[in-house]
Amino acid sequence: MSQAADKQAVERTGGSTTLGKDDHTTYDGLRLRALTKSFATFTAVDDLDLDVPRGSFFALLGPSGCGKTTTLRMVAGLETPTSGTILLAGDDITATKPYQRPVNTVFQSYALFPHLDIFENVAFGLRRRKQKNVESEVKEMLDLVELGPQARKRPAQLSGGQQQRVALARALINKPEVLLLDEPLGALDLKLRRSMQIELKRIQTEVGLTFIHVTHDQEEAMTMADTVAVMNKGVIEQMGAPADLYENPRSTFVANFLGQSNLIDGTVVGRSGDVVTMDMHGTPVSVPAGRSHTASERGWIGIRPEKVLIGAPGEALDAPGNTIPGGIVTDVSFFGVSTQYLVRMPWGQELQVFQQNTGRVTIFRKGDAVELSWRPEYAFLLDHAQDASAGADKVGADG
Amino acid sequence: MSAVQATGSTGSTGRRPAAKPPRRSPFAWLREHVVLILGILVLAYTFVPIAVVVLMSFNEPISEQSKIYEFNGFTLDNWLNPCEDPSMCSALGRSIEIGLLATLLATLLGTLAAFALVRHQFKGRSTSNLLIFMPMAAPEIVLGSSLLAMFVAAGLAGQLGFWTIFIAHVMFCLSFVVVTVRARLAGMDDALEQAAMDLYATPAQTFWKITFPLVFPGILGAAMLSFSLSFDDFIVTNLNSGNTTTFPMYVWGVSRRSVPMQINVVGTVMIVISLAIVLIGQSRARRQAA
Repeated sequence: MSQAADKQAVERTGGSTTLGKDDHTTYDGLRLRALTKSFATFTAVDDLDLDVPRGSFFALLGPSGCGKTTTLRMVAGLETPTSGTILLAGDDITATKPYQRPVNTVFQSYALFPHLDIFENVAFGLRRRKQKNVESEVKEMLDLVELGPQARKRPAQLSGGQQQRVALARALINKPEVLLLDEPLGALDLKLRRSMQIELKRIQTEVGLTFIHVTHDQEEAMTMADTVAVMNKGVIEQMGAPADLYENPRSTFVANFLGQSNLIDGTVVGRSGDVVTMDMHGTPVSVPAGRSHTASERGWIGIRPEKVLIGAPGEALDAPGNTIPGGIVTDVSFFGVSTQYLVRMPWGQELQVFQQNTGRVTIFRKGDAVELSWRPEYAFLLDHAQDASAGADKVGADG
Repeated sequence: MSAVQATGSTGSTGRRPAAKPPRRSPFAWLREHVVLILGILVLAYTFVPIAVVVLMSFNEPISEQSKIYEFNGFTLDNWLNPCEDPSMCSALGRSIEIGLLATLLATLLGTLAAFALVRHQFKGRSTSNLLIFMPMAAPEIVLGSSLLAMFVAAGLAGQLGFWTIFIAHVMFCLSFVVVTVRARLAGMDDALEQAAMDLYATPAQTFWKITFPLVFPGILGAAMLSFSLSFDDFIVTNLNSGNTTTFPMYVWGVSRRSVPMQINVVGTVMIVISLAIVLIGQSRARRQAA
């Protein structure tokens, strides 16, 4: 008896680790396979494979035009894939109509029905499926999003944040397998956006549904999601937990799009065990093998500005191994909690340094000679063939 | 006469304080209120003909000999016997009949055409969009005479009448319906229908629960516009009517003799109906907004 149960358990774990074709029916989340969407002049989504585990808060992050919204619309059924399959809890839903899918969307424009009141907007999905207890369920849902007293108002009489919550309630009440959120906070001002981020996360935890959140705001993706997939030009560049993506980016695009990175040209001197030794403009530096994402002889040595330590020449910095002398401070911005430096290195490149304002550190001035250093385990190594500035212009896209 | 005098005097009293200002304050007062005064004058200008129609509907009949259109004295006779001249009432009935039928068909076809033009991509779409304007842009006299030529060429010269008028009215109402409904549809967010489909509404449910209610004000407006265009039309109708007489043609016919005061009764009723429709629409809109 117990043996049989063990065997079943083994089979199940086997099913979830090896992703053979036959295992599609046992996967209970959302699975996209070789999904492609081509328009007349360009390919919006290119041969996309993606697994979204059931119950997770998943973020699709990327600049505008990267194909994230098209992916979302294909999952919703509002766009027909050129090729590929969409599987939801083991069922192939690629060819089904939007109204046949257990998937609901929170639209960027909210798309609230202007001729119906809030109550009827929220009740819309239940009524179409001839559900019972519409009255009590809608009331409960409106209480969840704190809009009970507004039930009989029309969408136009609500504020942006309230409309956003109605759109959320209208989708959530149907308890979909997957809830799709298409830049749902894009139209809100910064302060409201922050509070809605917390609210959304709370609701997701409360109801335990799978959320797929499309956004171009990296902070939003990182604060809310369990898993972030960074999308660029129709493909997923990297996927993982926000901290993994941030600490160990695999491409220059991810390194620049998520936060900021210093990317420095370097040549591989040797690879031994779990360390890659590099020559960086004459200074030997090392990078952990697990954070090295290139097999070629040249590479971009990446280091986050807050991982870089700054000190006067000769000052003992708490970073064994890599010390790079000869820097000159070219710009200082004091932010209160931190100081941001731009340091010109002997090879002409300007590196960014964020120094936490602990009170014990000296604040350098423009023109000061400094030394930089970092702990080798914080560095990462990227393919030199990639554009070092890819994804770096995200500041303009944010808004 | 008195109506004309009354407006004449409001016009001059409005201007008089400005003409001889005792130094400062009235001039300043005028400068502050000049927009208001002009606004009132313009409104008065547009309302005078309507006021005359309403007033004349209570007028004593004008004698056949008198060529002057003046107010003889107050009476309710016109309202109590609107069909004193039976040919007027039959012309009126015919106009209403044609108006309703033409409105029905033009609204139906025009709405379908508008949906096709906004919602579907097909070859010749932009050309159709342009051609739809042609009947609106073409002078009525040209439309009317070409239609007549066409009916004659088709061998219908002997059958001009109710149905040729009907065909002509549908023709020119159609463009107005397409343009009105199209504007309403184009202003509608696509995401609304997508949201409905996303929320388990079938295409038919999406249309009846979302699209139609949202486009309906446009369709209603188009229908009302169609009816008033059809009811009102003289030039195209006159050319294609044969022996059939519509209300505008009747009015044109009798205007060279003496005009029966019942025409003003019809006019007043039309004004009251339009006013009622507008007021009901406004109060509904206000209730929805509140």
